[in-house]
Amino acid sequence: MAAMNPLVANPPVATPFFFYLLAGIMVVGGILVITRKNAVHSAIALITALLAQAGLYLMLYAPFVAGVQIILYAGGIMVLFLFVIMLISIERTIKERQFNKQWLVGIVAAAALGGLFISVYTKGKSLFPEGHALYPEAQNTQAIGALLFDSRTGTYMFAFEIASLLLLVAIIGAVVMAKKRI
Amino acid sequence: MNSSLMQSVVDYIQSYLSSNQTPGVAGNWFWATVYVLLVFAGVSVGVICMNWLERKILAHMQVRLGPMRVGPHGLLQPIADALKLLLKEDIIPAEADALVFWIAPFIVDLAAFTVFIVVPFGPAHAVTDMNIGILFMLGVSSLSVLGIVTAGWASNSHYPLIGALRSSAQMVSYEVAMGLAVVSAIMMTSLSAEGGTLSMIGIVQRQQEQQVWFVFKFFPLGLVAFAIFAIAMIAETNRAPFDLPEAESELTAGFHTEYSGFRWSLFFLAEYAAMMAVSSIAVTLWLGGWLRPFPSALHGAIWDQIFSLFPGLTFLFLGGLCFFNAARMPKHPFFKIQTMGLAGFGAALGLIGLVLFVSGVRERVQDIFWFSAKVAAFMYLYIWYRGTFPRYRFDQLMKVGWKVLLPTGLALLILTAVVAMRTELWAQLEGAWRP
Amino acid sequence: MDAMLHISTLHYLVLGAALFLLGVIGVLTRRNVVIVLMSIELILNAVNLNLVALSRYWQGMPARLGGGPQALHGQVFAIFVITDAAAEAAVGLGILIAFFRNKETVNVDEVNLLKW
Repeated sequence: MAAMNPLVANPPVATPFFFYLLAGIMVVGGILVITRKNAVHSAIALITALLAQAGLYLMLYAPFVAGVQIILYAGGIMVLFLFVIMLISIERTIKERQFNKQWLVGIVAAAALGGLFISVYTKGKSLFPEGHALYPEAQNTQAIGALLFDSRTGTYMFAFEIASLLLLVAIIGAVVMAKKRI
Repeated sequence: MNSSLMQSVVDYIQSYLSSNQTPGVAGNWFWATVYVLLVFAGVSVGVICMNWLERKILAHMQVRLGPMRVGPHGLLQPIADALKLLLKEDIIPAEADALVFWIAPFIVDLAAFTVFIVVPFGPAHAVTDMNIGILFMLGVSSLSVLGIVTAGWASNSHYPLIGALRSSAQMVSYEVAMGLAVVSAIMMTSLSAEGGTLSMIGIVQRQQEQQVWFVFKFFPLGLVAFAIFAIAMIAETNRAPFDLPEAESELTAGFHTEYSGFRWSLFFLAEYAAMMAVSSIAVTLWLGGWLRPFPSALHGAIWDQIFSLFPGLTFLFLGGLCFFNAARMPKHPFFKIQTMGLAGFGAALGLIGLVLFVSGVRERVQDIFWFSAKVAAFMYLYIWYRGTFPRYRFDQLMKVGWKVLLPTGLALLILTAVVAMRTELWAQLEGAWRP
Repeated sequence: MDAMLHISTLHYLVLGAALFLLGVIGVLTRRNVVIVLMSIELILNAVNLNLVALSRYWQGMPARLGGGPQALHGQVFAIFVITDAAAEAAVGLGILIAFFRNKETVNVDEVNLLKW
């Protein structure tokens, strides 16, 4: 079985380099999103972070989720954001105050949350033992399709239908919200 | 010492040439880099040729000659254009956001060139074979919308902004129709023994196994899907007759009005690369990719041999055209250099044609030649449409996208699913009918 | 050092936690509604990263515990989260446009018509 494992025959190349590169791009993009005055700059930083996240999904051997991320998030949601930013004149907002009055309380709360995360991850480090060189299935899309659609193994069919209903409601809601007169 | 090094290099190259996997799948980063550079060079050469071809073919369709001065029959015109664009002054409008203005052409280029990673020139001749090949191509080509929107906004001027918003609205609308046509083609791949797939090489292999190009499958469903995709891909790349956002008489060049010189050439490069990318999708999904014409009607070793002569014959024909036109050049001392240049070009093409007759080269070059020939036919169709059709008004454009192509695509999807599953459906209906 | 070089599931979880924190800071401290919405997208992406990383971890578990190479529940969940993020972004931006039409501002702390 190990001989057939392509991960042993062709081990992934330079994994730590790519992980730290993509993680660095994501963190820098996230910092730029929350600190820029210009909303378009924030949007471009977020697009970069989303594309780096798609790269991380590829590193986790989830190509279908990476493809969905590129199509929906970077190619759909961010276009929507850019359209709305351009419809709303923002020259005034660049000169206004950027951070609200409770920024100190906000940062303290986030620091408390960060402390919680650090304590959870240091105490629970042993919960995730590694060591399994897993065979990445060459049929990732087919396996996700089986979980979603197959009559025998599909456990998420109902959620899929509800998601389509949710999208319909969102479309109608967005149109009603943005129209001038209903 | 030296000969053993040469021998090991030759062995390395030969061991790779006989592989049957793409370098990405095989994990071979050296050959993957070589392929990436080859594809990049090939696409750039293709864009340069398209520049010349577009001006010449449009001119001949409009009963005029086109560029004739720069080099024999204008063959050096693209080089003159490139030099001009590189040497032009770089103007950035005042109060334009410099960073975003600078980034926008690169986003469009990134989107246009990254898709060529999965374009299959042959069963082992792609940079890599992703499991989600077609999804990757559709997704990354939709990133060019972001570049266009940021380009229009960063120019800080009315015409580019309106052009950018119109162009991106058009691209987003026709992406939906493209997606539906693609899904109906993917459904046809699931009828194979190995099951459905999204990988580009897998799609062509399914067509080879089912012995039919998907454009002819379940006639006329494959043909209508191909037609929907062919119309949507022209609107996706902002070409005539859907080029209102960038037409000179309408919006003074739309979203790239304020871009001059090298930045404009980046947009131009991205537009032609995107044309080639969506043509590659159409060729792979419906026209059998790298397969030679008539795989089932004209099968057998003799027909394989006959079709394998086509690459060499094509280049010999082009070389012959050059010699014919060199003989027709005016016999004036001013034209001596041009005549010699054209004859030399013809000789080079003829030499390539003769090399392509050599038996070892002939087999290897088959897949790449047929794929490139089909994509070249699509490029000619693009130029033909530009010279023939009048421009759509923007509301007519959106109406066609949403009210014509989308319902047709949906109906086609349902019909393809029903026809593909008709045997299972019939068996289930019979089983349900029996009490 | 060796623990930092061998990329394990914990690395992805820590990265997800860092992105979540950045998103939370953005939501709590910025005034511009569009940037608050973008910070919410950052939060959703951090959650997605956790889901996909843990789904890959689950694939190494034995099948009797629910693992195995077909156990891609995390990835399916991530796809649903992305779908929901699209719906929420559309409705949120619709609300933003409706409010901007009324009050000509995009600052969160000026949405105070119901304040006592």
